[in-house]
Amino acid sequence: MKPFAYQRAKDVESAVTTVAARPEASFLGGGTNLVDLMKMEVLKPELLVDVRHLVSRTIEPAHGGGLLIGAGMSNNELAADRRIRRRYPMLSQALLSGASYQLRNLATVGGNFLQRTRCPYFRDVTMPCNKREPGTGCAARDGVQRDLAVLGADASCVATHPSDMAVAMAALDAVLHTVGPSGERTIPVNELYRSPAEGPQRDTVLERGELITAVELPAAPVAAHSRYRKVRDRASYAFALVSVAAALEVRHGSVTQVRLALGGVAHKPWRATTAERALVGRPATEAGFRAAAEAELAAARPLAGNAFKVPLARNTIVSMLRDLTEGA
Amino acid sequence: MEQKITLRVDGKERTLTVDTRTTLLDALRERLGVTSAKKGCDHGQCGACTVMLDGRRVTSCLVLAVAGDGAEVVTAAGLADGDDLHPVQKSFVAEDAFQCGYCTPGQIVSAVAMLREAKEGWPSVVSDDLDADRVVLDRAEIAERMSGNLCRCAAYVNIVTAIEKVTRP
Repeated sequence: MKPFAYQRAKDVESAVTTVAARPEASFLGGGTNLVDLMKMEVLKPELLVDVRHLVSRTIEPAHGGGLLIGAGMSNNELAADRRIRRRYPMLSQALLSGASYQLRNLATVGGNFLQRTRCPYFRDVTMPCNKREPGTGCAARDGVQRDLAVLGADASCVATHPSDMAVAMAALDAVLHTVGPSGERTIPVNELYRSPAEGPQRDTVLERGELITAVELPAAPVAAHSRYRKVRDRASYAFALVSVAAALEVRHGSVTQVRLALGGVAHKPWRATTAERALVGRPATEAGFRAAAEAELAAARPLAGNAFKVPLARNTIVSMLRDLTEGA
Repeated sequence: MEQKITLRVDGKERTLTVDTRTTLLDALRERLGVTSAKKGCDHGQCGACTVMLDGRRVTSCLVLAVAGDGAEVVTAAGLADGDDLHPVQKSFVAEDAFQCGYCTPGQIVSAVAMLREAKEGWPSVVSDDLDADRVVLDRAEIAERMSGNLCRCAAYVNIVTAIEKVTRP
């Protein structure tokens, strides 16, 4: 690890000012991903500003019937909250699908969105990687392709976003509340992540020094009937090959409301808007679910080693929607 | 760059000066002589370094010691009451829940914290009823909740039994 200075910020404003002014400074939350990447010298901050103690760790009611989640909550605290378990079960399940209890006790909600890819070529400093070192090329594209993206990728980068939580947040239209050098703003989760074609070295639209302080979950009655399913190489404690967050309302045999997002397939949690449009107002049948999944995945551009993800995503979407229909 | 920190480790207050790069795990083992937390992968993947930090189980290899300043740390060595072992420790002995023993302190801290989480009603991803008031720790629940602790000897069958027996004396 490279030497660095550490400080606990006194308040959000001074934390933001400090990190905004120092290009080599970084916020520290739970540290589960950042400290690991520092050990491998993938990241080499010169100053860590610890914000864990000053960002809220509670959930408050939000206007319009939603919830405002403090970004400093641990992943386990959020998953165990009764309001989340009852009103947004897909979010609890997504959180509980990720990492281990030990890591989720450390990891914050804000930090979860900002995890870096687990692409092994990004994590290996001896390999070329456009995300780690712009312009060096992509070793993954001609390497081991099993975990790579099939949607939204670019010649410069085919890495996937590793979060489970963010997939449910994308399906739920969650909105980030941030404080940056130019003040407060809100960013919908579905607008947080940049396309790799815009330059894979920057994952998100957050400015230097911009801190996530809270996450707003809008009221979504349909989400009370929702699930998260993660398909992976072992039953627990592994990243997703494909995951699906789905909420469904069926009335008189037709789909009236649906939320659908995919994990493990793209540089971001992939909100399946094409499939959602194909489902609403149509009969809730297996054939319809399959056609909608295929419409979404028509844009997939798999490589030889990850082509299995396309039928796997299709089948997981269909089985999720069928299960939610049968449980309706 | 060095900083002075204070930790409460297994009930004793300890003050020391650490390089900011020092992890909580290295501070415990190399600086304070508390070797019950083990170093396996040093990347948060194996769970051998599991300790309780302010009452919650964490991988101490991914916590910077400076970030833990002021915290209460409990390792496997702090669970026993003198020579009287913690019920989870006794159960690991009775059920032969280890082979080489290297992962055992982490397994035991993890299990003690897990039983507390279950008592508080925390769900797992294999819970049939996500909103249940009472957690029933069957073998599938125990395996899922302990999946952050690897055992290269694969003593899992007896680890799960040892924990199961503590929940049903």
